[in-house]
Amino acid sequence: MSESAQSELALTPSQTVGPYLSLGLTWPTGHLVVPEDAPGAITITGVVRDGTGAVVPDGMVETWQADAEGRFDHADDPRGASGSGFHGFGRASTDAEGRYRIVTVKPGALGDGQAPHIDVSVFARGLLDRVVSRIYFPDEVEANATDPLLSGLPPERAATLVAERVGPAELRWDVRLRGEGETVFLAV
Amino acid sequence: MTPSKPATIHQPSSAEIAGYLRPPPGTHPPLDSPPYKSTGLRAPSQAPVVLRHRLTEITGPLLTGEIGPNDHDLTRQHAAPPIGERIIVSGRVLDSDGRGIPDTLVEVWQANACGRYAHSVDTYDAPLDPNFSGGGRVVTDSAGNYSFTTIKPGPYPWGNHHNAWRPSHIHFSVFGRSFTQRLVTQMYFPGDPLFPYDPIFNSVPDEKARQRMISSFDMENSVSDWALAYRFDIVLRGREQTPFEEPHE
Repeated sequence: MSESAQSELALTPSQTVGPYLSLGLTWPTGHLVVPEDAPGAITITGVVRDGTGAVVPDGMVETWQADAEGRFDHADDPRGASGSGFHGFGRASTDAEGRYRIVTVKPGALGDGQAPHIDVSVFARGLLDRVVSRIYFPDEVEANATDPLLSGLPPERAATLVAERVGPAELRWDVRLRGEGETVFLAV
Repeated sequence: MTPSKPATIHQPSSAEIAGYLRPPPGTHPPLDSPPYKSTGLRAPSQAPVVLRHRLTEITGPLLTGEIGPNDHDLTRQHAAPPIGERIIVSGRVLDSDGRGIPDTLVEVWQANACGRYAHSVDTYDAPLDPNFSGGGRVVTDSAGNYSFTTIKPGPYPWGNHHNAWRPSHIHFSVFGRSFTQRLVTQMYFPGDPLFPYDPIFNSVPDEKARQRMISSFDMENSVSDWALAYRFDIVLRGREQTPFEEPHE
């Protein structure tokens, strides 16, 4: 099987979204992974800040996650596509206060030893490539303790990936791009 | 089409999952790129933690819906055509194995022919065009092809340094079929004299990689008495042949 090296195409580089991303990437309902009134709906909000702690008013947060049963409606999942139609994707621009808001359901465990999580991409002017992170859940203390990613990080750094409960169905997860309390970012 | 549900769900260990190839060094810009000043306060200071690709990374949003009738033609979104040089931009979204990525969303946005964005933040003293919004979206066909019609965007000044100008470009956002393949980039036009002066274009370390952001003039797809054409293929990461092994875990 030496053909793996044959004519591999070279990748297209990343570039910044710039300050005008809303012209191309705004969807009125992009922040709704599920409808606001869906059973089990939760809201995740947070503020994106830069290296000085100033808010980032021209960024965008995207989320990707499994459904409440820990399944993906995607043929590349070796367990099979769920067939549920759950699209799992959220997109929210930050507002003048740097705040984003996503409405979703808490993802189920995947059954592979990872704690329930949401993959996140953050885009902004000044970011030449997206930065990737994860949101974990504060009510999953046991699962978080054995999660392969969280358990490999110093506790104070792992804490940047765990959302804070601020209401019965509301979580807060802030992003600090740089500096004090810098969010853990992931190379995927 | 959809696989039938297995009676018991097989739980793959992450060692069974083939991840996606990591980008070669020099392909993507370093986040901390001092000539582009805005990176100074926004680029993380700590190195990213390498994440093994598991189920959430090898899957991703499969978005095809809610395309409006004129989303593929930025010259037909208003009562009259916009001012500018009408062009057709087409190409393929592929992975590095050369396979076209079908049914995947491609989003674009750009300045008008004068280099002004229809955005409240843009204060460049150039005219807005009431017939141009500058946003479009298309979905690739079964072979990964896309095409849209627009006008050639103008270059514009920006505040990065004295006499700073961006080369003409169209912003592209693509998803592929996995979270790892997500890409936002900019398409440039061949022969632009501003390339040597642009810190965003030059943030890509590898010279050959920079060239891959430049579209090619496409006489074949030009339409007589109507529009010139440019071609821009977008190559996303391919899949590892075998599951990636890590000693720990």
